[in-house]
Amino acid sequence: MYVAVKGGETAIANAHRLLADRRRGDRSLPAVSSEQVIEQLALAVDRVMAEASLYDRDLAALAFRQARGDMIEAIFLLRAYRTTLPRFGVSSPIDTGAMLIERRVSATYKDLPGGQLLGPTFDYTHRLLDPTLLEDGPVEEGAERTETPEAVMRVSEILAQEGLIEGDGTLGEDEGGGDLTREPMEFPMSRDLRLQALARGDEGFLLALGYSTQRGYGRTHPFTGEIRIGEVEIEIDAPELGYAVSLGEIRVTECQMVNQFKGSAKVPPQFTRGYGLVFGQSERKAMSMSLVDRALRAREFGEDIVAPAQDEEFVLSHCDNVQATGFVEHLKLPHYVDFQAELGLVRRMRAEFEAARTASESSDRKEAAE
Amino acid sequence: MAETATPTPETLRAKRASDLIARATRAELATLIDTLGGPFEARPLRGPETGLVMVRGRIGGGGAPFNLGEVTVSRASVRLASGTVGHAQTLGTDRQKARLGAIIHALWQEAATRDSIETRLLTPVEQRIAEARGHARAQTAATRVDFFTMVRGED
Repeated sequence: MYVAVKGGETAIANAHRLLADRRRGDRSLPAVSSEQVIEQLALAVDRVMAEASLYDRDLAALAFRQARGDMIEAIFLLRAYRTTLPRFGVSSPIDTGAMLIERRVSATYKDLPGGQLLGPTFDYTHRLLDPTLLEDGPVEEGAERTETPEAVMRVSEILAQEGLIEGDGTLGEDEGGGDLTREPMEFPMSRDLRLQALARGDEGFLLALGYSTQRGYGRTHPFTGEIRIGEVEIEIDAPELGYAVSLGEIRVTECQMVNQFKGSAKVPPQFTRGYGLVFGQSERKAMSMSLVDRALRAREFGEDIVAPAQDEEFVLSHCDNVQATGFVEHLKLPHYVDFQAELGLVRRMRAEFEAARTASESSDRKEAAE
Repeated sequence: MAETATPTPETLRAKRASDLIARATRAELATLIDTLGGPFEARPLRGPETGLVMVRGRIGGGGAPFNLGEVTVSRASVRLASGTVGHAQTLGTDRQKARLGAIIHALWQEAATRDSIETRLLTPVEQRIAEARGHARAQTAATRVDFFTMVRGED
């Protein structure tokens, strides 16, 4: 039986009005602008773009403000917006080798071509709260050092010269070309689709899974070969022009994880790899992604699948926080009829339980009397 | 893909113009249109419209492609009264900027306006970008670690 119930329009309208009121907060304070959010809360904007899987700073900042700073709500808003837009095309693959580098570090080589470039990092800060930020005092510009630019070589290329590491990653003949935004997930999933899912996956979930592999649940013996953050060009083929047009730049974070060896009777032992690539500046996410990418390659390397991080169906079905929040949060919506059915069922079970107990007690008494 | 054929010098010039128009700000485009004596009559052929482009990465940086996520792109195609058709596409949701870009792309193809577009828009935008990139590079370079070895005082 389905019973339509109406009501609550006024309550809902007033709740939304109250939401808008609380979002604005104290009216004696100036409202936060999107420009301020983009400039001063840039990493929040980056996270919204990465997990919404849509790179647009203005829209991400708007979503962040509209969501009162609730990341997953903001991600949800941006995901919902993207469904309203047509797909114009597919970019040429971005070239992270040609990145305008803002940060580049390697934990495997101290002296490497291009050097260790710390960039705007939280590393080596003392994690002490800084009360000077309470006052809007002048802030120095970044120091500059002019030098002839040195090619910033990938660490994987250095190792590849000696054949000590596997290649960048190829797909099987029947793999590739899939798009999770167009087709439902099917398992087993090829590595390109896994990377697409991980790139939009929840940072916290991937962080926990990456951490679990370090603690022994699917150990992969990782080293951070290289992390690089910077701007890459977006280029798309324009048939109307007859050449590929460069549309502008986006910032991405890339992590090359170098993991312990694999070899076979035919191939000598070499390092294996995990790869992370994320919109914006987010090395925690890129590192976690590369750990999970490597863990999910267990089947490919003939490793025993014993840990959650190696189980692709578990990882990929649960890494999307918009899906996850949708299903968890739907529990708060009216389930009145479902619950009435459960109530009826538990009452009937209890009545049967009581009846059985009374019957067995009376038969016990009867036996005792005899 | 366009890169299969060797591009002619004219194709390279056209690509440079499109790339720089995409990177100009809306204000820069609007100012140029005024300077050139606009507004110009431009019949819309496509858009201006906003949509998505799927950005692809490569596994391991250089391997097989995979879908990283989408970017917003705005594009427009217009036909000037002279019949010249212009196209523009740019990152973001600014459709007005795409329309102005398409008009300028059409004007760039016309001999009468090409030179002033080069000197008033393309060269300045190119310089602005080169300067910004130069600062970014120099700021990053200042955070390069110069390792040194401590003298251990044994002798």
